[in-house]
Amino acid sequence: MFASTSTLLDQEGARAAIIAVVSTLVFFGGAIALVVTSPNWPRVRDQFFNPDDFAAAAPNVVRGFWLNLELFGWSMLVIPFLALVVAVMRSLRGPAFLPIRLLAVAFTDIFRGIPLILLVLLLGFGVPALQIGFLPNGAQFWGLAALSLSYSAYTAEIYRSGIDAVPESQRSSARAVGLTQWQALRFAVLPQAIRNVVPALMNTVVSLQKDVALVSILGIREAVREAQIYTTRTFNYTSYLVAAALFLAISIPLTRFVDWYTARDRAQRSQSLV
Amino acid sequence: MIGIRTPTRLIAILLAVGLLAAACGSDSTESASGSSGSCDEVVTKVDGTLTVATGETVFPPWMGAGDDDFDDPSTGTGFEGALVFALASELGFAAADVTFVRTPFDTVIAPGAKDWDFNIQQYSITAERDEVVDFSNGYYQVEQAIIGASDSPAASAGSIGDLKDLRLGAAIGTTSLTYVDDVIEPDAPAQVYDDNAAAKAAFDAGQVDAIVFDLPTAYFVTAVEITDASIIGVLPRTESPEELGMLFEDGSALVPCVNDALATLQSNGTIAALEDEWLNQGGSVPTLGN
Repeated sequence: MFASTSTLLDQEGARAAIIAVVSTLVFFGGAIALVVTSPNWPRVRDQFFNPDDFAAAAPNVVRGFWLNLELFGWSMLVIPFLALVVAVMRSLRGPAFLPIRLLAVAFTDIFRGIPLILLVLLLGFGVPALQIGFLPNGAQFWGLAALSLSYSAYTAEIYRSGIDAVPESQRSSARAVGLTQWQALRFAVLPQAIRNVVPALMNTVVSLQKDVALVSILGIREAVREAQIYTTRTFNYTSYLVAAALFLAISIPLTRFVDWYTARDRAQRSQSLV
Repeated sequence: MIGIRTPTRLIAILLAVGLLAAACGSDSTESASGSSGSCDEVVTKVDGTLTVATGETVFPPWMGAGDDDFDDPSTGTGFEGALVFALASELGFAAADVTFVRTPFDTVIAPGAKDWDFNIQQYSITAERDEVVDFSNGYYQVEQAIIGASDSPAASAGSIGDLKDLRLGAAIGTTSLTYVDDVIEPDAPAQVYDDNAAAKAAFDAGQVDAIVFDLPTAYFVTAVEITDASIIGVLPRTESPEELGMLFEDGSALVPCVNDALATLQSNGTIAALEDEWLNQGGSVPTLGN
């Protein structure tokens, strides 16, 4: 990755690059200088960016982060399928299927309409308090349920927009060739629909990975909660930095992967049009 | 112009070096001056008024403990409420000169000047916290109690060892949580709730076997909030039990004055009397072994 300096500087446009870098340094350097010369900066730095506290908070916050990843993993197993079911339910044609379509509409309206934090509280504390015998009452289970239901509603709408974006001619030609409604859906419409919306789906995945932190209000000691515990105990905010770094460590590669995949998909499509 | 490509590698390297150098630049650490010393005169933020900050909701038995006083610190009911007015009169303020403001937790510990004289909210004094803010001397030594339902596995616990395999809960930022994490050390880490209300909800949902509160809060909670739980026992004290103190901004000159007033109230028995009135609910509660 590191070529020799002379090769780098001999490249075309090296002069332009150096000007760009200098101007960036002046701009950001000026902003940083403004911050570090402000009177309270040493105090703020000790309370927000303290390396000793970073090291002290890290073990617990990292341990909590495994819980985030575990919940993220489980929800990623549930959401794509639940959402697909709801989206398909909503796209069924024919008067006999009206109650199913209404059910799907109610599902998406309710679980998109209620803020996720409220849903977590209602399901996490409310449902177990009813003491219905066969339902589990664990906080993690219901936190996961709230996340899955909410995100399934959003994802179902994304699938539905993908399905609607598939030209009607695809469905009618599939029917004309002799496929049933289900077969047309399964072989002609859905593959194209899902391919349409993969970028939007991946954006939802990136968002979900962070919203997992909301289950902390149920008492679950995931990364953000562990960071909060450290802060209330020591009056130092650096633990939040640890949690932020961990989330970035996952979400930045994820977004780069989404970018790469989208670009590759676009390249493949433009090739296939030739 | 299609010809010139800005070499991104060169830009990335130079930017990284440059910004790192800038960010690591300032290295001076000022430590705030300690506020030891004697009390020359009582200087408050607002002349002639003692501005006392407390939590956004206050709970009995600490404040607002009368029948119609919920969440009203200015009535002077509750242990901390009464203590504030006793301190005010020692410092030379009439009851009418005491103003209360409410603060969320995070603004209290954030760096910078505050617009209140001191904050009283069952803050426990620890060395780590003392680096960021200033504390008065302790006004109450905290004992922890564990509450649970009478049919829960915790009900038969006789020592801390019996508690290790239970699902325990505590509220965030409390001495109780520190006690659970450091002294009890349960096998499964304790569940941590935002406040008493969430702890109660978890209890009703059967997500915890027992919850740890400080003893006065435990009395209140079992009497009023979680009535189908009772105090299973008082937890044994550690060698250096935590004390509650009033919180001041770093370097406040009011600290020695308040400490003097506190010492007076302690020596003339006022604090003991307030404890008896508001915090000791009577009844015999067993103490758990180690």
